[in-house]
Amino acid sequence: MEDPNLDDLTLDDGSTIGVVGGGPSGTFFTFFALEFARRVGLKISIDILEAKDFTKPGPAGCNNCGGIVSESLIQVLSTEGIILPSTVIRRGIESYTLHVENGVSVIETPFKEQRIASVYRGAGPKGDADNDQLSFDNYLLELCKENGANVIHERVTEVERAKDGIIIRTKNSFEKKYDFVVGAVGLNKPTCKLFQSICPSYIPPKTSRTYISEFLLGRDAIDEYFGNSMHVFLLNIPNITFGALIPKGKYVTLVLLGTDIDKEIVSRFIQSKDVRNCFPPDIDLEANMPCNCYPMINIQAAKTAYSDRVVLIGDSSSSKLYKNGIGAAYVTAKAAATSAIFHGISSRTFKSSFQPACSDLDKDNTVGKFIFLVTSIIQKSRILKSGLLQMVVKEQKKPAKQRRMSSILWDTFTGSASYRNIFVRFLNPFVIIYLIWNILTAGLIKLKPGKHED
Amino acid sequence: MKINKLGHPYKDGEEIIKQGTVGDCIYVIQEGRVEVIDESGETEIKLAELGSADFFGEMGLFEKDVRSCTVRALGDVTILTIDKKNFYKTIQKDPTLAYRLLEKMSYRLRETNKRLRTI
Ligand SMILES: Cc1cc2nc3c(=O)[nH]c(=O)nc-3n(C[C@H](O)[C@H](O)[C@H](O)COP(=O)(O)OP(=O)(O)OC[C@H]3O[C@@H](n4cnc5c(N)ncnc54)[C@H](O)[C@@H]3O)c2cc1C
Repeated sequence: MEDPNLDDLTLDDGSTIGVVGGGPSGTFFTFFALEFARRVGLKISIDILEAKDFTKPGPAGCNNCGGIVSESLIQVLSTEGIILPSTVIRRGIESYTLHVENGVSVIETPFKEQRIASVYRGAGPKGDADNDQLSFDNYLLELCKENGANVIHERVTEVERAKDGIIIRTKNSFEKKYDFVVGAVGLNKPTCKLFQSICPSYIPPKTSRTYISEFLLGRDAIDEYFGNSMHVFLLNIPNITFGALIPKGKYVTLVLLGTDIDKEIVSRFIQSKDVRNCFPPDIDLEANMPCNCYPMINIQAAKTAYSDRVVLIGDSSSSKLYKNGIGAAYVTAKAAATSAIFHGISSRTFKSSFQPACSDLDKDNTVGKFIFLVTSIIQKSRILKSGLLQMVVKEQKKPAKQRRMSSILWDTFTGSASYRNIFVRFLNPFVIIYLIWNILTAGLIKLKPGKHED
Repeated sequence: MKINKLGHPYKDGEEIIKQGTVGDCIYVIQEGRVEVIDESGETEIKLAELGSADFFGEMGLFEKDVRSCTVRALGDVTILTIDKKNFYKTIQKDPTLAYRLLEKMSYRLRETNKRLRTI
């Protein structure tokens, strides 16, 4: 049904907003919508409808993620006044350890301070009862509650367009009409489908299967074998674009990204010498794996993620390819909140003031795809990897400003800079010439296998 | 360094920024408290105490001048550094980010005016 005066659709005093999904995009939207409304003196009310209970360990409270909060997002959130408490941070990350078949190199943070956080999105792996540690998603949800949002723990089963609003219905017969509805439902297929009924031009994002598992090693072993370093693997294993081991409290999280990862690929990765060497030699990894899953990741943006009175944000719209999805959720959520509070909630308004934020991410991902293509070529060649590793090892002995390749890799792994920025820095003639030189010398001087630590 | 904290750790009494030195970073307190001190006179004057989520050093973003105050840790504190270049790049894309900074600066100006009136 068409709304009258479509272009005049705005939020007024007393307007109600229903946010479906209380993951990062839903909570960031709520946080900023309430904050912007406070600034302009607008009285709105927001309900967040979330199916999961993030205070529970295991799948019941987990939004399946590597749990790295990027350096750029930590800085932006701090500027916004959102400080992650130490109860939410499982580990501050201060270096990346790059593993290739021919060796290892540690890439230190350029700032000599811990600016990356590893977190659990829920209360931790299955069976974990560490009550001192809190969930990242729950922390953001509580922040929204403190700022006046109402949280309803129910699964939304129906959304319907009415004459002057959108009706939301849940499994337990909750029903309410809202002036404006936000879809922050991640990549949940059935819920994305629900939104297609009120957002007819919406085409959900394309996805690919990934892998996550948790290994229980205990705090001492984590300190000894991983420390404050995230381990990144560029190994020549088909379908795997990126593999990482992320230390978190007494666990380490394994994340594998790539194309349609399955059991066989996972097993090949875990059993590779380079990965096994990171763990205590006597540990039985299979027996110490409380949970694992194969979640989907957004690899191509949704189309037309908005309509009158409706907008979809976070993973349901556009994300950052393979990296910093939470940071991308922040970007689209804030763009939607800015649009809704300052400009309006019509389809035309979202096209002009929300879509540009998504398009910017999408354009950047095109460059990102090219960067990952180059990475996959490097991944397949021992000589190229040796050259790259040699260059990084040498750079780590130089002052931070001269570590050009290390900082390019740092930003690629951490997702802290845009892919365009990384690409432009890679095109620097010094970087290219120095890389070619290292590839040539690495080809001539056969590197000793094993540790190449800086 | 504690494993589950972000930023740089400072011990009680340690100087984070020193009045008269050059700097162009802004600092956000992650955990703990700091005191802001004016060292230009013969005796130190404590201007303010700041806590979690507060920032300082913001004048370095706008002026090329030296730091106007000394900031010292009160007990153990962790501080996150935000570099000027990154900050400006982000603000260029999203000007709303500057609001909190302006709000705090306006609050600090009002507090200073209040104090001046009582002198
Ligand atoms: C393997 C893997 C590793 C990743 N690692 C990282 C990383 O280290 N760092 C990073 O920044 N990003 C990472 N990401 C990406 C990140 O997880 C996402 O980009 C991010 O979670 C998107 O947030 P969101 O709020 O849009 O969606 P989600 O986090 O998926 O939240 C959606 C919420 O909606 C709720 N919901 C869905 N349907 C309904 C319904 N019908 N009713 C009520 N509630 C509903 C869900 O319960 C969920 O809580 C990773 C992704 C994958 C797959």
